[in-house]
Amino acid sequence: MTKPSPFGLALIAGFVVAFAGALSAALAEDAKPAAEPVSHEAQFDSQKWSFTGPFGSFDNAQLQRGYHVYKQICSNCHSMQLLSYRNLGEDGGPEFSPEAVTTLASEVQVTDGPNDKGEMVQRPGRPSDRFRSPFSNDAAARAANGGALPPDLSLMAKARPGGPDYIYSLLTGYRQTPAGFDLAPGMHYNIAFPGHQIAMPPPLFDGAVPYTDGTKPTVDNYARDVSAFLMWAAEPKLEERHELGARVVIFLIAFCVIMFLAKRTVWARLHPKAAHTA
Amino acid sequence: MAHSSSSYEPSTGVEKWVDERLPIPRLMHDQFLAFPTPRNLNYWWTFGGILTFMLVSQIATGVVLAMHYVGSVDHAFDSIEHLMRDVNWGWLLRYTHAVGASMFFLAAYIHTLRGLYYGSYKAPREILWMLGVLILFMMIATAFMGYSLVWGQMSFWAITVITNLFSSLDAVVPGIGTRLVEWIWGGFAVGGPTLTRLYSLHYLFPFLIAGVVVLHIWALHIPGNNNPTGIDVKSPRETIPFHPYYTIKDGFALALFALFFACFVFYAPNLLSHPDNYIPANPLQTPAHIVPEWYFLPFYAILRAIPSKLFGVAALIGSIAVLFFVPWLDTSRVRSTSYRPIYKWFFWAFVLTCIALGYLGSQPPEGIYLVFGRILTAYYFLFFLVVMPVVGWIEKPKALPGSITESVLGPQETPVAAAKPAPQRRAPEPVA
Repeated sequence: MTKPSPFGLALIAGFVVAFAGALSAALAEDAKPAAEPVSHEAQFDSQKWSFTGPFGSFDNAQLQRGYHVYKQICSNCHSMQLLSYRNLGEDGGPEFSPEAVTTLASEVQVTDGPNDKGEMVQRPGRPSDRFRSPFSNDAAARAANGGALPPDLSLMAKARPGGPDYIYSLLTGYRQTPAGFDLAPGMHYNIAFPGHQIAMPPPLFDGAVPYTDGTKPTVDNYARDVSAFLMWAAEPKLEERHELGARVVIFLIAFCVIMFLAKRTVWARLHPKAAHTA
Repeated sequence: MAHSSSSYEPSTGVEKWVDERLPIPRLMHDQFLAFPTPRNLNYWWTFGGILTFMLVSQIATGVVLAMHYVGSVDHAFDSIEHLMRDVNWGWLLRYTHAVGASMFFLAAYIHTLRGLYYGSYKAPREILWMLGVLILFMMIATAFMGYSLVWGQMSFWAITVITNLFSSLDAVVPGIGTRLVEWIWGGFAVGGPTLTRLYSLHYLFPFLIAGVVVLHIWALHIPGNNNPTGIDVKSPRETIPFHPYYTIKDGFALALFALFFACFVFYAPNLLSHPDNYIPANPLQTPAHIVPEWYFLPFYAILRAIPSKLFGVAALIGSIAVLFFVPWLDTSRVRSTSYRPIYKWFFWAFVLTCIALGYLGSQPPEGIYLVFGRILTAYYFLFFLVVMPVVGWIEKPKALPGSITESVLGPQETPVAAAKPAPQRRAPEPVA
């Protein structure tokens, strides 16, 4: 037993495997068979976006189109409570002109107050107002949507696996219900939605939102543009982050090179000395 | 080494005046500039400095984040979004802090495995090692509480799952676990009181960690550093002053680490966290899969591998607590795994086991995942409780180099300190 004997090694390995196997077998009794294979997994492919990659940035025109899609379609049911109209004019976003932002804000009526008579008043929106929510509370939203709550979209592009790819796939994922699929009443068949049953009816159809910049008004373009818009809404500092990141990374690479050379120079002092004294 | 007389010479009147009253400059000089350090430390030894940097980074970003955070169930989530959107550089602070937690754990795990590989826990460094395990425990608590503060869906349900672990004590004394959980919650469910106490403790713990880190460094500076050979330093020639040699080497490693860190912060800040935490906490809706952050996944796999809740919790705590006993579980006479032909294989199998458990922790606990989870959990504990004592006992280590100098420069023809062969920590020749 003085050598690192293969016998000893095998003994220990055998012991480990045997013990683990026995333990596992003992514990496996209550291991339920895996749930029946789920054939309704969400299916979506990654799309090409202008904002992915280290140098990615938003396409302002796309975000502006996306805002119009949100405004005219999505905002009928979905709130975006974390966004303000002023955000639409900020750098790294849709970058609407200040006048356009004021106009977009003033198109909605918001409840303000109480005034000095103690009454709530309606007034046109200002850029500092949050996006107006379609329903005054969640219960009202459910009541208007057959019991389903349309989720807030402010962070949607970061709150689902796949992000904008998922949103695009969901918006273009409505299909004919396959034969034999048990679709609950009031639900719709969508291949991108987990479980394939979604309460939201197909929201987009060709020509639903007029585009003025020559982009084809198709469901595919609407879905793509509004997904990009929601990505910006969820991550409004993405461009700032990418720009600062490039500078920080370039600095750190240079700093690493300098530190490496400095380290080598300092440590070189040891070598001749070590050779002599040794 | 730490007991060697100080080489500090106050050069000005002011330094002399301070030195006679509160000799902090002398302490800094002796412990951080002149401190004799083995000359053969490799880059695995740079993670101590990296961890110090990460602790400071987390505290610095965290203190500023706390200026903008509102610890209330109604405002916590929105206050963070306010920070991300409307506070100058708020996104940078928050991503640095969130990604920083991952980087902190990555460095801590590498640092721990380095200690494990080179036997840095063996005499006379047992207390040093145990303080490190204590820091790891406190880091886990701090990270968990910090993740809770986001008050997203994963935060809320992680608090629910983790605090409910204490109810397993009901199996020991009926009712005591439930009472304990309600006491922790400050109510009958996870809610406002839970959030505020987690916030308070999340702010407290990093400073406790900093205190234990001071003890950890103190305990390091009594015996001095271990080194890749695991042989004790035998002559002053085998050491070099910490500054400039290790300040520059640690600095280079830190710069590389910062580069890696920055790539995540700027280009993939959400890669290491779960999308569900961008959904505000909703006590009425349980996520399909509740999974912890990646750095807890191996422990989560161990928890779920055990069918009994009480023993699962015991295994969870035991999986880290067992590290406290490593200095006495390892019976080998040599420190460094490099000279341990049998143990080496078990060590690397252990590393792979930890990684595999991490993967299994991210999968649903059913079918083949559960079977492998149980086998690997068994190996995790067997490694400490059986392999360490048994292999150390039966294994014959490879011949150690005569000295650190010899390990670096090869066998010496005229050894400098060869008046007498220094005592070596070598396995004794076995008696037949």
